[in-house]
Amino acid sequence: MPRSRPAKETTDFGKLRPFWSGTIAFGLVSLPVSLFVANRGKAVSLRMVDEDGTPLSRKYFCPVEEKALSNDEIVRGYEVEKDEFVVVTDEELDALAPEKSQEIDLRRFVPLSEIDPVYFERAYFLAPNKGASKAYRLLAKGMEDSGRAGIATFVMRGKEYLVAIIAERGVLRAETLRFADELRTPQDVGLPEVGEVDAQQVQAIEKEMRALESDRLDRELLVDRQSQRMLELVEEKLHSGEDVVAAPEELEPDEEEGAGFVDLMQILKQSLQEVTPSGKVAASRSKEEPRRRRSRYGTLSERSKTDLYEQAKELDISGRSNMTKEQLIEALRQPR
Amino acid sequence: MAARAMWRGVIRMGNSSVPVKLYSGLEDQNVHFRLLHESDRVPVKQELINPQSEEIVPFERARRGFVTDDGDLVIFEPEELDSLEPESSRDIDIVSFLPPEEIDHRWYLRPYYLGPDGPPEPYFALITALERSGREGLARWTMRTKEYVGALRLHHGYPMLLTLRYDAQVVPLDTLDAPGGPKLDEKELAMARQLMDMLAASFEPEEYHDEYRKRVLDLIETKARGGTVKTKRPRKQPRYEDLAGALSASLKKERIRA
Repeated sequence: MPRSRPAKETTDFGKLRPFWSGTIAFGLVSLPVSLFVANRGKAVSLRMVDEDGTPLSRKYFCPVEEKALSNDEIVRGYEVEKDEFVVVTDEELDALAPEKSQEIDLRRFVPLSEIDPVYFERAYFLAPNKGASKAYRLLAKGMEDSGRAGIATFVMRGKEYLVAIIAERGVLRAETLRFADELRTPQDVGLPEVGEVDAQQVQAIEKEMRALESDRLDRELLVDRQSQRMLELVEEKLHSGEDVVAAPEELEPDEEEGAGFVDLMQILKQSLQEVTPSGKVAASRSKEEPRRRRSRYGTLSERSKTDLYEQAKELDISGRSNMTKEQLIEALRQPR
Repeated sequence: MAARAMWRGVIRMGNSSVPVKLYSGLEDQNVHFRLLHESDRVPVKQELINPQSEEIVPFERARRGFVTDDGDLVIFEPEELDSLEPESSRDIDIVSFLPPEEIDHRWYLRPYYLGPDGPPEPYFALITALERSGREGLARWTMRTKEYVGALRLHHGYPMLLTLRYDAQVVPLDTLDAPGGPKLDEKELAMARQLMDMLAASFEPEEYHDEYRKRVLDLIETKARGGTVKTKRPRKQPRYEDLAGALSASLKKERIRA
């Protein structure tokens, strides 16, 4: 990422904010949405700790004044000459493309199969904001039936993106695409003209290819072996008790630090379900139970009280203003 | 101008081997900013802090820890992490050849071109074989200290390794529930389809340009010369309260344009 807000860099997904919020315009229909990152990080993520196992946090420091900086003391600068920076503010960057900073205007619908794999960069799930569920479903259905993707350019966090909006199983996804000038051609790289081919060599390769043919992608082949090895070592250490620090009595992370391990799937599911009639939410909750168990270090108890309160407000949980953090967590865990 | 190779490897399929060089398929066009301390405009550094004592912990004294489901913490020594790194190798192992639609865009990460390393004949033979099979290979290799999975496929007639995300990184769609609600209105759906048909086009990537990048660079230049820039509030878009009204107005507008 060329530019990301300092707040995000330090807290990761510690806050329940979507990556971007804006509207999708489809003709004169405008559909307010929130974008959430669709790809998870590595299967095994490690935290920085000190020798005693105390989790450490990252902070920005001014090397001259030797002091820790808060986010509002940090600005973004472009180095025009050595050690000489031009400071650029978020407002200035947004003002460079006011419409594109808040709207994804779908002016073209192209066959999804025409977009070459090299263009795809990163995926975001789209969740409809309040009241937008019908337009969302309409757009998703129309695109899915026709096998088309909506194409637009828009500005997110100080960078313009080419984006394809794709519908699959009723869920909309924004896939950022690379611009043509970000991709090298074989000529740019200097690859040679394809010359004389030896028929025997081709046949030998074809024979090996046929032997390796398979009709389905085996997801086992996409397993992150490095992470697996790490988990094995974790097991070993837990078994021997070496280098293991037992869980503190009370898992109460510092609220300010946010601690970074929020379960993204849970946030996303809630956003997708927020606008639907009750009943459906309960169904989706029970389905996610096993996942939540696995990542309990990072769910509701990790979030700040303010975040929990906001969510309780959205879900219209009564008595929320008098609840303690624990009570809010309990109330949010109840199936609705 | 020929690009510099970033790595050399050998594609291995059974008894066949094709020595190749890897080249990045991407050209970085981003405008890179740095984070500065506002008052003295010095680039900030990142430090690790012990949140309890507020003390700085030097990176060399920091360890990495894994938090288990039960909240226990397992600490790794740097040597242990090194020992988990894969053994270095030049082999690009092709583990299967799949129909092209089997690996979809949710997996794609970064493209690398392959060029010949040494005599180009095996490389040319690989191109021909890939062309004829119409399939793509699933490859695994270790580049420096990292393991990769990738799709071996042709791009503009040249072989490319398109790295793929790991299994755990792609959220399976069947774990998400799409927004539900009452049955969609057939008339509205028909209008939406009609509007999409009117906006149908083929994908022409060269038609889209990052105009914003240029504006950012212009802004920087203006400010570097000491000029000032005006910031204006984004204007509000007109809103239609009812979906059917918005759709039919859109269709009318497109018809006039056509």
